[in-house]
Amino acid sequence: MTFSDWIAEPVNWVFAAIGLAVLFSGFRVVTSKNVVHAALYLVGALAGTAGLFLLMSAEFVAWVLVLVYIGAVIVLFLFGIMITRAPTGLDESLSSDQTAMPALLSAAVFVVMTWASIDAFGTELLATVGEATSTQVIGESLLGRFVIPFEVVSFVLLAALIGGITIARRDLTPVEEEERMSV
Amino acid sequence: MSLAEFGIVFLRALMVFGLLLVATIVNIWAERKILADMQARIGPNRAGPFGILQTVADGLKLFFKESITPRKVELGMYMLAPFLAVIPAFLIFMMVPFGRPFTIGGNEVALVGADLNIGLLFVLAMSSMAVYAVVLAGWSSGSKYPLLGGVRATAQAISYEAAMGLAMVAVVVYSATQGDGGTLSLVEIVERQNGTWAGFIPRWNLFPQVAAFVIFLLAIIAETNRAPFDLVEAEQELVGGFHTEYSGMRFAMFFLAEYINIFSMSAIAATLFLGGWSGPTFEDSVPAFISAILPTVWFLLKTYAIVFIFFWLRATLPRLRYDQLMTLGWKGLIPAAVVWLIVSTISMGFRQFGAPWG
Repeated sequence: MTFSDWIAEPVNWVFAAIGLAVLFSGFRVVTSKNVVHAALYLVGALAGTAGLFLLMSAEFVAWVLVLVYIGAVIVLFLFGIMITRAPTGLDESLSSDQTAMPALLSAAVFVVMTWASIDAFGTELLATVGEATSTQVIGESLLGRFVIPFEVVSFVLLAALIGGITIARRDLTPVEEEERMSV
Repeated sequence: MSLAEFGIVFLRALMVFGLLLVATIVNIWAERKILADMQARIGPNRAGPFGILQTVADGLKLFFKESITPRKVELGMYMLAPFLAVIPAFLIFMMVPFGRPFTIGGNEVALVGADLNIGLLFVLAMSSMAVYAVVLAGWSSGSKYPLLGGVRATAQAISYEAAMGLAMVAVVVYSATQGDGGTLSLVEIVERQNGTWAGFIPRWNLFPQVAAFVIFLLAIIAETNRAPFDLVEAEQELVGGFHTEYSGMRFAMFFLAEYINIFSMSAIAATLFLGGWSGPTFEDSVPAFISAILPTVWFLLKTYAIVFIFFWLRATLPRLRYDQLMTLGWKGLIPAAVVWLIVSTISMGFRQFGAPWG
């Protein structure tokens, strides 16, 4: 498929527009000088990704992405920002000077992912426009063929949860314990 | 897509929009009247018969008031927040079927904004989007009280969303046993509640899922930040909470969003638990147009029954303390929802497949 064939399809224009928006938001997440703005650009990047999933007729994945990442994870980010400090202005100390290594790392990840997906699928058509994958099929494959990876992922989440509690928890000294009891 | 089909889609969206605006006007008036009655007052009684035009008068007044912009706000977010409040509130209602499909000129018109395969998931996603409006309004105001309101809203929304989702899952699992395979479409869930048990008990999900209904009801009251869970805008502590710095039309939009949310969430509760538009239509004894309109009447009656519970609780209960709110959410509702989900799923498994030892 040549580039002129590719660009002749209107759906590819939408893809290109959303893709560019995601790239821009992703870039602004790391360069923004205001921590709340950075979190909101992350919302933009995730919403764009959900849009790309919708474009591939993967309704379920798209809305789960909105529900879990935009609706819960970023909201927790904002919550964390607001109970610690919530500056409305710019914070010059927010950006790090060390940009070379992370940029290199990101480029390496991009190359590996692109190579892997082109190697695996090539020009194979993964989804047809207008044919939504039914949630029932996804549910059955998650609890059938992919049940072991599915459970392993939830086990990893549990481990992360316990790890987080262990790190954040501080055992009280006897004096503090007594104070707490008396309240 | 032909022009007629496009027209029908447009018409459906317009119907939802109109219905919600009218419902909001009625809701605000009804709340003031019902609260007044419960507190032995008269309530609004000047504008129109029984004061029913009071909301219109208030809306016009707010429309003509100056929208003051304080100097320390983050302008972009400050302007955006009211819109972020209204849009998800409208979109939630798009999923709710509010009447039986009817036919105009050979085209079937479904009385629902949009029938998505993953309708319920969309509802959850949009209700979790609604918290952005409150958080951003609180943050961008550049003032302490709104910020505190925003922080409270985040914590509250996250705590009660989990319980709400789990209660919904119990209903989805139950309605999967009532038809051919599972479904997340609200249209399908309503259709599976059609009919009766033993000839007179309606097949509503309320009866087999009564615990899920109670959990869901408490969770939606907390999600919409209504009394007794209205710590987000507790006026004794936070002035106006997240909308302290808003005035005029921008404040009116937050107000509109709150009442649309109450109506949408009540409609979702009526759809999931009270059979939505299903009900007797008396097709043999009344004219055809009445039996076509009756399902919408049933739907509105059920929705308003739940809206009434919102107002009733507001008149009855004092506001919870913050730690009580968190305790109720995390130690009360979420464990109860998990236990109920397990119990009801096991009992459905027994009924569907028989006991494993038998």
